[in-house]
Amino acid sequence: MNLSDSKKKLALAGVICGLVAACLAYFGNPANMAFCIACFIRDTAGALGMHSTETVQYARPEIIGLVLGAFIISAATKEYRSTAGSSPMVRFVLGMILAIGSLVFLGCPLRMIIRMSAGDLNAWVALIGFVLGVGTGVFALKKGFSLGRAHLTNRVSGGVLPALMLGILILALATNLLKSSESGPGSMHAPILMSLAGGLIFGAVAQKARMCFAGSIRDIILMRNFDLITIIGGFFAVMLIFNIVSGNFTPGFNTPGIIAHSEHLWNILGMYAVGFAAVLAGGCPLRQLILAGQGSSDSAVTVLGMFAGAAAAHNFGLAASGTALNAETQEVVAGAVPMNGKVAVILCIIVCFVIAFTNKRSEGK
Amino acid sequence: MREVDARGLSCPEPLMLTAEALKSGKGPVRILVTEPHQKMNVEKFARDHGRKAVSTETDDGFAVVIE
Repeated sequence: MNLSDSKKKLALAGVICGLVAACLAYFGNPANMAFCIACFIRDTAGALGMHSTETVQYARPEIIGLVLGAFIISAATKEYRSTAGSSPMVRFVLGMILAIGSLVFLGCPLRMIIRMSAGDLNAWVALIGFVLGVGTGVFALKKGFSLGRAHLTNRVSGGVLPALMLGILILALATNLLKSSESGPGSMHAPILMSLAGGLIFGAVAQKARMCFAGSIRDIILMRNFDLITIIGGFFAVMLIFNIVSGNFTPGFNTPGIIAHSEHLWNILGMYAVGFAAVLAGGCPLRQLILAGQGSSDSAVTVLGMFAGAAAAHNFGLAASGTALNAETQEVVAGAVPMNGKVAVILCIIVCFVIAFTNKRSEGK
Repeated sequence: MREVDARGLSCPEPLMLTAEALKSGKGPVRILVTEPHQKMNVEKFARDHGRKAVSTETDDGFAVVIE
């Protein structure tokens, strides 16, 4: 089974993933969050007690399903490869940057597309930053950037993250050890088995289609190749139709209740950091989960970095707040990026530049 | 035959090295990669540039010969 050998199949893959996201939004996930990697890793980190923001704690079965879906399909189609050793700690830091940049914007690249399809003009502004970030990463690649070679390793090593995800699922289903929000975004979710099934399908399709939001723009800039963007096009089309039909399409900036803010500079810079870090890490947050599922310990370390970054974003007050409606006064309270978040994004961008121009490809290494 | 060792490198490095090798000289090139999706990407890149690609499995990945 190969979903990546024609544009029609790639578009179909995007449509399937779009249908999964639309279903999950319809059955309870926050409407324009639907299927956000950064938000759901943040929620899962909260469920594990890595941060204490009570409104965003829930072990999202979608994240577990993505990793397990990629693991199962790659094992079944002989694409599973247990590899490790390509600058793991640099990748950990890049994972932290992916999470922090996303939580300043309020969404990963996947949610940026979902927000764009719901008419949220802030996401269109953030797209500028994301493209510029990817472009900067491409510039670094052309200058010889590389994190070095991964090597084949013990088969069990690549299965550790999928096993840990399975462990979280068992804890969520069979115990009350994990934290679970009673209000806020963490309390809004589709039924657990539906979320898990959605994650498994999304993960399997994304693995076969090589779905990657940063890669799709990187390939256009680097090689004038439009294959990967075709998937995003299919995904966007389904979400646009879903949002229009369900009445969730609201074009504008300061729309209350959609978990977004209108600080344009920080939307741009947050996603600039994400685009830049994603190219350096070899893929967007979604792609990191998929690569981790198919045996890459390096991507598994990036995923752990995202968990640490998401926890830090809430423990140290870096994450932005969304525009909301005050229930008593009916006034719109604008969402904002705290000063700590602004400083963190600047630091993240500086670290990306340091990583980009201090890690060079050399023969034989 | 010229050889490009792209084993273990992250995307898009294998494709960048392939493009560089095809640009820098004529004649066949053997590209070594680790992951199945990288093998497919290199094969497709060769086809898109009017070249024929034949792949074989190796101990630690794949060898794609672009003729």
